[in-house]
Parts: sequence; structure tokens; C-alpha cells
Amino acid sequence: MTAPLIEGRGLILSFGNERVLDNVTLSINAGEIMTLIGPNGAGKSTLVKTLLGLQSADQGEVIRKPGLRIGYVPQKLAIDQVLPMTVKRFLTLTRSASRGDCQKVLEQVGASHVIDSQMSSLSGGETQRVMLARTLLLRPDLLVLDEPTQGVDVTGQAELYRLIDDIRAELNCAVLMISHDLHLVMAKTDQVVCFNRHVCCSGIPETVRQHPEYRSLFGDRAADAIGIYTHAHDHEHDLAGHVVDGGDGHDHHHGHVHGPGCAHGHHHHEEEIDEKDRIWRPQ
Amino acid sequence: MMDDFLTRAVIGGILLAFVCGPFGAFIVWRRMAFFGDTLAHSALLGVALGLLMGVDVRIGMIATCLAAALILAIGQRQSRLGSDTVLGMLAHSTLALGMVALAFVQGIAVDLMAYLFGDILAVNVADIWLLGLGGGLALLVLVWMWRPLLALTVSPEIAAAESIPVERLRLVFMLLMALVIGMAIKIVGVLLITALLIVPAASARFFARTPEQMAIGAALFGAASVMAGISLSWHVDSPAGPSIVISAAGLFLLVGMASPVIRRLRG
Repeated sequence: MTAPLIEGRGLILSFGNERVLDNVTLSINAGEIMTLIGPNGAGKSTLVKTLLGLQSADQGEVIRKPGLRIGYVPQKLAIDQVLPMTVKRFLTLTRSASRGDCQKVLEQVGASHVIDSQMSSLSGGETQRVMLARTLLLRPDLLVLDEPTQGVDVTGQAELYRLIDDIRAELNCAVLMISHDLHLVMAKTDQVVCFNRHVCCSGIPETVRQHPEYRSLFGDRAADAIGIYTHAHDHEHDLAGHVVDGGDGHDHHHGHVHGPGCAHGHHHHEEEIDEKDRIWRPQ
Repeated sequence: MMDDFLTRAVIGGILLAFVCGPFGAFIVWRRMAFFGDTLAHSALLGVALGLLMGVDVRIGMIATCLAAALILAIGQRQSRLGSDTVLGMLAHSTLALGMVALAFVQGIAVDLMAYLFGDILAVNVADIWLLGLGGGLALLVLVWMWRPLLALTVSPEIAAAESIPVERLRLVFMLLMALVIGMAIKIVGVLLITALLIVPAASARFFARTPEQMAIGAALFGAASVMAGISLSWHVDSPAGPSIVISAAGLFLLVGMASPVIRRLRG
């Protein structure tokens, strides 16, 4: 049994009278994909910052594996206009790299045309891609992503998640991701942690989805929404990424039931799913 | 050659401009102009303490600047008062304390104007040595910590997550700034040093595409301002320190007005 990459034990943190982390214990193992979900103000970012050492806890301890290399993609990056910064220079922010290497990772994320652009001139989606490219140069053991698709449209989001997936496959690193894009995250996740100041429930996506605490946090509607998404995946991928028939009883078509008063437009979701699924599927 | 006061002024001024360029760029990026100003104000107290204790005033100035930087580093850890309030309090109370202390210095006529606005034409060989060695040391340390300090400036979160010792870097940068400001007072004075730090950096912003270009540009604009200021002072017999600052500001306006034209010509 190897030690986890990073582990938080009994973390307690209060801001003023408000307890933001309430006895949180959590660990991430090498190669594992963990997704942290929870409502706004649940303290997800605070938890991640505490694990990273950007915020110290009142009680409890954070244990990092010695020599652990972390690549961090913040929720948003606002580089001040007063600081001139090309994309090439930003890629080498914490570690030097040749222009050729920078060009290569930018191509990987589909943003090679911006190498000489100023960071401040990039769109939200381009900024996220550049930040992902930077983590490719870092070759981290653990990739930490705080709501990586904020401010990106739906098509772009699916594309970004596909990229994150590719990056993970290439680096073979663990991923800790904060997200509330419930539709998209779960299919690729080993472990979902449903978080609201404490760990409400955790486990593989299917278990969490059916957990009563998850349903009470996000409502039946959200739980169904995930069902809808997963049911679009009526196939599986073999190691090479080719689609094979799902033969192990993953029959998601019957996996979700609409609760009474469920008002979401089903056909609308199906359209969305088709689109996402098309993009998501490894080429 | 070093016998000529004008030559000494030019050498001292250009040395200072080269040191101030990269530091000024960081001050502009990190929005620490008021911080620099506060350190400079505290230097006057250093003059008085130096005279009262019979130590070299240059050592007095550098020591009080370093002490003020340490006090600010601690003061900024609390959040009950805004950092601008803490800075303002320290700036003006140390300035007032300095003035009062100077009144107690007996037997020596203190040229207050020289400390407030600088006296570059009185730069002596020892000053040049101090600037060359002290300033060179400060620059060397800055270059050594350049990448992590810049990462910290872009995003403290990324820097800290990627194992950069954020707090230590912040403190070292503050102390280096104190050292540079403490050395610079003799040349441009308590009230003008901030201008020499930030105006050339602001001018360089018009052209720079990377942080490094801006830092080097700031050093060059600073050196040009020093040259222009000294010749202005020579020709119209104006006070040298303020003339350097006027030159820097004039250069900024020129560059600012020219940059849209240049950008259009570049296509």
C-alpha cells in the first residue's frame, strides 16, 4: 500500500463564527481522479486551498507525499494589464521550457496560434487551455483544477473535459477537480466527493448519485440530470478508445426515473447529450 | 575623473537608475508604490538617529528603512486595518518623528531640503561605492529570485500550490526594496524616490511585451531621465533631484503620446 499523494486529516477551519471545514478527512491516491462537488459556498475551494497549503487550518493536518509535484489551475486567472505577459512567458512561469516545447503543448490543447499573444487578450476558453498547457510542461503528480470550465460555453466545456482527460492519460497523474458541471464530470471520475462543509458522501459516481444526502443537496432534478447524462453512454470504450458494446448490465436507459413534478424538458437534454457525447468520445 | 562632481553625479545617478528599473517594475506590478513611499518617509528618521548617535547617516537611513519594512511586513498580517491605513500611519508618524528628532540635533546645521529632494551633485566617491556594491547586491538577489517572485506576482495561489515559498519571498523583496530606497535618498530625496521607481517603469510599459522587457526598459528610461535631469539642472541651474523627476515625467508623456502612432506604424 503506497501512501496517498496528499491527505487531509480532521481539518477544521472557521472564518469568524462560520465553520467552513468541519472535521474533513480526505486523501487522494496516485493516478486517481477525484471530483469535489457541492453547492455554492460549500467551502470546496477552501478545502482545496487548505490541502494545497494556501490556507492553514485551525485544526487537523495536511500530509503531502515528499517531493510531490502539483500543477494548479485556478478558478480564474486575472493577469493585471499593468504586467505585460505573452503566452510563451506565462507557460514558463514556474519552470523554464524551450519555445519548441511551449509550441508542442499549445498544439496539444489546440491553442498554438496564441503563443505570442498577450495573456490579457485571450478569451476565457483560451486562457483555460493555456493554463492546461502549462500543467503539461510541469508534468505534475497531481493536477488540481478549480472549476476548470467556468465562463466557457457548453460545447467548450465538453471539449475542455476531453482535454483534461487526454492530459491525465498522457501524464498519468492524479486529478483533483472542483466542479459543479454535474452533467459532465461524473462519467470519468473514480471517486466523487459530495461536499458541504463536511464530506456528505463519497464513492463511485453511481453510489453518490443515489445517496440521500446527495439528493437532498442537489435535489432530485440534479440527480436525474446525471442519470440522463450517463444514460447517453450506452457503450463502453476499450483501452484504445474504440467503442464497444456495453455488456455488463450498464443499462442506463432504465436507470433514471423522473420524480413527480419534474419539469425539465427531456428532449432538450437529449440534444445536449448528443452533442456532448459526440465530442467526448475519444477519437 | 571621479574628481569632477558632474561625473560623479552622472555615474551615481545611472547606477541608481539601473537598480531602480527592475525594482520599479515589480513595485508597479505589485502595486507597492505607497509602500515604497512609506519606507522613504521613514528614512528621515534615520538621518536624525544617525546624527544623534554619531553614525553615518547613510547607515541610519538604510537601517530605518529596513526596520520600517519589517514593521510593515508584520502590520500587514492583520486585517482589521487596511494596508493603506497602516502605511499612511507609519509614513507620516516616522516623518514627523524624524523632523522632531532633527530639531534636537545640536551644533550641526542639517540641510533638510537635501534630504527631502536629494542632492545628486553632492555625491561623493563613498556614495558611488555604496551604490555600486549595495545596489549590485540587491539586483543580484532580485535576478536570483526573479522567476518565483514573478510567479507570486501573477498568482500567489499558483505559486504557493507549486511549492514556491511565498511568505519568505515577499519578505525578502520588501527588505531589498528598503535597501534600495535607503541608498537612493541621498540622490533623489525622500519625496522623490518613489517617482524614480515608478515613472520609468510606467514609460516602459508602453513598449514591453514581457516582464523582462519592461524591467530593462525601466532601467533605460531611468538612466535617460537622470541624464536629462542633470543637464537640465546644469543649463538652467534648477535643483537636480526635481529636474530628474520632471525629465522622467516628461519622457512618460512623450512615450505615451507617441505609442499609439508607433503601434499604428507597426500595423
